[in-house]
Formats: sequence, C-alpha cells, structure tokens
Amino acid sequence: MLVNLIVNNQNKVFSCEPGDFLLDTLRENNYLSVRRGCDTTNCGVCTVLFDGKPVPSCSLLTVKAEGHHITTVEGIQKEAEKIGKYFGDEGADQCGYCNPSLALTVYAMKKELKNPTDEEIKEYLVGNLCRCTGYIAQERAIKKYLGDKS
Amino acid sequence: MLVTKYLRPESLSDAYKVLTEEKKSLIIAGGAWIKLSIKKIDTLISIDNLNLNQIEITKDSLEIGSMVTLRELEINKEVNELYDGILARAIHKIMGINIRNIATIGGSIMGKFPFSDIIPALLVMDTKLIFYKQGEITLEEYLETPKMEKDILLKVIIKKEKGVGFFKKVAKTPLDFSIINIAISKCNNKFKVCLGSTPYLAKLAINTMEYLNKHSKISEEIINSAIKIMIQEIKFNKNVRSSKEYKEELAKVYLKRGLKKVIAHVG
Repeated sequence: MLVNLIVNNQNKVFSCEPGDFLLDTLRENNYLSVRRGCDTTNCGVCTVLFDGKPVPSCSLLTVKAEGHHITTVEGIQKEAEKIGKYFGDEGADQCGYCNPSLALTVYAMKKELKNPTDEEIKEYLVGNLCRCTGYIAQERAIKKYLGDKS
Repeated sequence: MLVTKYLRPESLSDAYKVLTEEKKSLIIAGGAWIKLSIKKIDTLISIDNLNLNQIEITKDSLEIGSMVTLRELEINKEVNELYDGILARAIHKIMGINIRNIATIGGSIMGKFPFSDIIPALLVMDTKLIFYKQGEITLEEYLETPKMEKDILLKVIIKKEKGVGFFKKVAKTPLDFSIINIAISKCNNKFKVCLGSTPYLAKLAINTMEYLNKHSKISEEIINSAIKIMIQEIKFNKNVRSSKEYKEELAKVYLKRGLKKVIAHVG
C-alpha cells in the first residue's frame, strides 16, 4: 500500500506493507541516520520526531504515520550541528551511534521544557540509551545547548 | 509483523462493523506493544480518525478519550491534581518519553497487561469505561470479565474527588517493567489498595480495604494486621523479574509506607 508522509518538510509517498514499522520504511528509503538498536522499544536509538514529539520508530507502524510530519536528524541540521559541537567540546562523543536520536530528543526537549531542572533533563532522556559515555559528559553538553539562546 | 489489511474507518459504526464482521480483526490504539504481542493479524483497524484523543473536564469528572497518549495525560494539569496526581506519577515511571508519546490510555487498558502501572492507579480511583456497544462499565468489572465481546473503548471516565494517593513502582531500571507496583488511595475516609505485576493482572485488595475501612484511626498495629491480610488475599508468584518471596516482601514494605504516607497527608 502507499503511505503519504511529510519527512523533513517534504511530501513523500512510500510503498510499504500494512505491518511495516516506520524504522524499516525510513531505512529502506535511505534515511540511514535512523538507526536500528534493540528493535523492542527500549534503547531509543531509532527515535524520530512525530509531529515534533520524540517516538521510537521501531514501534510505530508506518501506516499510522499517514499525513503526519516525521523529522529525522537531517531535518534539524543546524540545531544538530550545534548539539554536535557541544558534544565534541565536552567529550560526549564516542561511537556516535546514538547521536542522531539523542540530538532529536534534546531538540524536542528544548522546545517543550522551559528551564528544565537536572532531574527533568535526565527524565526526558530516560528512553535514549548510550552504551559508551556514561552520560556525565552528555549532561554537561546538553545543559550548555539548552542554555544557548542563539 | 504480518498484517493482511489495514483499515482506517471514518465513523465508529464502520469501525465496529469491521471489528465484529471480520474474524481475525483488531483495533490498534497507539500500537506501542503490538510488536511484542502479535505476530500475525488479518485486519488491523485504526481509530485515529474518530476524534477519541480529547481530554474533557466536566464539573464532576475527567473524560479521557481512549486515544489520548500517556504523555498527554502525564502533563495534563487536572490529571496532576487528581488524587495527588497518582495517575500522572504512575505514567511518569513508564519507560521513556518517546514510548509515552505513542502509548495510549485505551491501549493500556484494553491490553490487560499484567505489568501495567496505569491500571493500579486507575483502580484506586472511581474509574469507568465507556464502550461503543456495551456502554458504561466499571474498570474493575472489565478487568474481571475473562472474554468480553468485541467492542471499541471510547472513553475513560475518572470521577473528580478530593482524595490522596500513593503509587510505587519497583523496577530494576527505569526502562524495565515493574517487579511489583502498588497504588493506595484515601477518599471520603475510605482506603483503596491495589497491587499489580504480582505477576498477575492488577487487583484490588478487597479484604485489606474492608479491614482498614472498619477503623476510624489507623495505628501501627492495624497496618501490620492489614499487611497479613493483604499477603493472604493477593496471589504472588515468581517471574523473570523476581522471586515470589521478593515480591511479597516488597508488597509488605510498600503497603506500610504507602498507608503511612496517605494517612499523614490527610492528617
């Protein structure tokens, strides 16, 4: 069947099976920044924004996204570069596999929460696992990004 | 996941017709757990277009559309005020925000998941369900009905009451399901106690509640007796997350702490 999605503000028509998940559809159509991790809703590495809200694409049926806005990290390029710079400066980058999903979640958090506390930041990121860094450097980088009003 | 057909009806009557006429058909709510629970289905019916994603606040109740996401509930002001925000606090402990942006209250109830953190919180409040065909039934009644006729959940209605609540989820990590969860409320001088993830479907501890509600003042001794009654009436068992004995110990500790907290809150 054909599904109409708005990916990174562009109208797209994808062919998929009714039981396909968004992660597979996006990757089959070369949105390779959307990565496969646990494939069971736990790790958050497949996160994309669904109408601006972070969701795990491994658990969202493509057909349920019909007509909705999907944002991958390419859709927030400038902000992602900014986040990446803070990550680099704070030594929060290692393998980089979780970076696109983390950047999207941090971007959504900045839009949703005004002046979040340390606890609120941590809670917002519970669904995004990173197996390299131990989160301390990421926390520093994220706080600096959230304080960046440019 | 193998799905033969996906339909998105424009009316409730159409959705109900397909649901009842096609044998292997299923309503999909958020679909957050569908991957883990279903491998093959003939017809998947979306209710995304049926305007079931609103929270209406009336004088006496909160009327929550079955397609309202857990995140929408978690940040709703009224939900945060109801019984000390017991429902919002239970939702807050469910995995990450990304999954709570997909999962819906309707899907969480209809799935009758034993690991549910939401069901115990709803059970200790006055919660009713509105179905398309069967109309209104209590949440308790729904959970106790082993096989209900196919129907569409439209709304979850929670009575607005000045109660206080306690909710505790014990899990190994924030992303894990509960080893055990417990919800306690006190409203109009009546206690309600519910245990979930025992590992069976959440259940009100009726005898424990009756015992507590017989007393106008709850002493340490009464709490200890209530714990004994709760252990006798609630069935615990081991699962991949913990032993039966560990669940029982947790239930004892958190029933005591929860009761004390609820009592202290209401003076």
